[in-house]
Amino acid sequence: MTLANENIQPSQVVYREVVEAGDPWMHVVKAGQKFRIVDLGGNQAVDTLFYNADNHDERYSATDTIKGQGNIYLTTDSVLRSNLNNPMLTITADTCGRHDTIGGACSAESNTVRYSIDKRHMHSCRDSFLKALSKWNEGMKKSDLSSNINFFMNVPVSPEGHLDFDDGISAPGRFVEMTAEMDVLVLVSNCPQLNNPCNGYNPTPVEMIIWQA
Amino acid sequence: MSKPSSIIWSEHLPGGAHWSGVMRRGTCLRITDLEGGANVPMLMSNLEVLSERYNMPDTLKAQKTAFLTVPNACFSDMGRVLCSVISDTCGWHDTIGGISNANSLAEKYGTLNYQKANNDYFKNAYDSLVNELEKWDMGAKDMVPNINWFSKIRVENDGAMTFVEGNSSAGSYVDLRFEMDTVVVLSTAQHPLDTNPEYAPKPIELTAWKAEPVQSDDACLRHRAENERAFYNTAIYYGEKPHDFS
Repeated sequence: MTLANENIQPSQVVYREVVEAGDPWMHVVKAGQKFRIVDLGGNQAVDTLFYNADNHDERYSATDTIKGQGNIYLTTDSVLRSNLNNPMLTITADTCGRHDTIGGACSAESNTVRYSIDKRHMHSCRDSFLKALSKWNEGMKKSDLSSNINFFMNVPVSPEGHLDFDDGISAPGRFVEMTAEMDVLVLVSNCPQLNNPCNGYNPTPVEMIIWQA
Repeated sequence: MSKPSSIIWSEHLPGGAHWSGVMRRGTCLRITDLEGGANVPMLMSNLEVLSERYNMPDTLKAQKTAFLTVPNACFSDMGRVLCSVISDTCGWHDTIGGISNANSLAEKYGTLNYQKANNDYFKNAYDSLVNELEKWDMGAKDMVPNINWFSKIRVENDGAMTFVEGNSSAGSYVDLRFEMDTVVVLSTAQHPLDTNPEYAPKPIELTAWKAEPVQSDDACLRHRAENERAFYNTAIYYGEKPHDFS
């Protein structure tokens, strides 16, 4: 595995941690700091929600984001917008090329619908999100979970309106980096889904790097 | 679907209005675009557990579609069906375009307040929907991606989104059969990507009636195996024997 950190000096690093597949992660990124997610093993969906660190009722909004840029895919220069239509972060580097924000997160309940009733027991992103909310006691609950970003995931939509989960277009070492426009609380589930190609049927770790340019 | 015979209630909504109410399991709601070009942003929640909401991604993923028409179902985040689209003379309803807000409306159309215009004051979808959500003990945090009935957003292969003009003509309607007791919150605000430079939200009519029982060959139930399983989840939630499924 190659760590894509060549242009970051050790003195600039505020925080870094490898998050294994199936684990939740939560951390604050301050306004002006850069937040990088490195797809260490390739084709790993990183389900991500953002909240205004000072007011959790303001949070990432998929529809405000794609409406604002007139495009459903996220990449460099995409402004990630809140439900109040304020810029939360801007994607400033992207070696993958395309990220999804309409595919949502997997859950035990959607597993029963999408695959079969007996897939309910399998680990899912929503269970990770809920574990994070209860473990880190941010005062939030299920109703605070809205539609997320899936970094490194590929969900193409056709002009005829067909939508599907396709094989990923990411690869080991590819990364996406964003600059925070406000203090944001980041909530991540490193996706454990085994029933579709979003993780290449092999969920792998990702690295989180927060740094000050 | 024939015209409903046993109408329970009917209500006219002018453009720019907002509305909420409960649709019971086993009732239908027809939304009629009276003049053509209407837009109806809608959110839904399970009346018993309000955090169980209409879920755009789960609805789209399960049915491999980016828009709604017959015989799609609207899925909740708990793997159940809130309502089924049993009839539709329009053909395409938007799921990804989102809503207007106070700033976007002011930028596009200027502002007009109640003092000046009385009930013709300019209304945006965000404030309208939050206003209705609050009546049910919900609020801004429940503003998840909505449906925009009667609007069409085309997505090109590069992801670019275009508002398609003329998607719905006068008299178009969509019929929803509710599979759960559902809080319905809606507005008749213009679509945020509407190309009309004028503030001109269109009126609709709402009509509710008693649904026929869901038959085992129902088109929405049998649309996909995913739909069958979501109907199974819904039936057992209500303590009812589910339809057989593969």
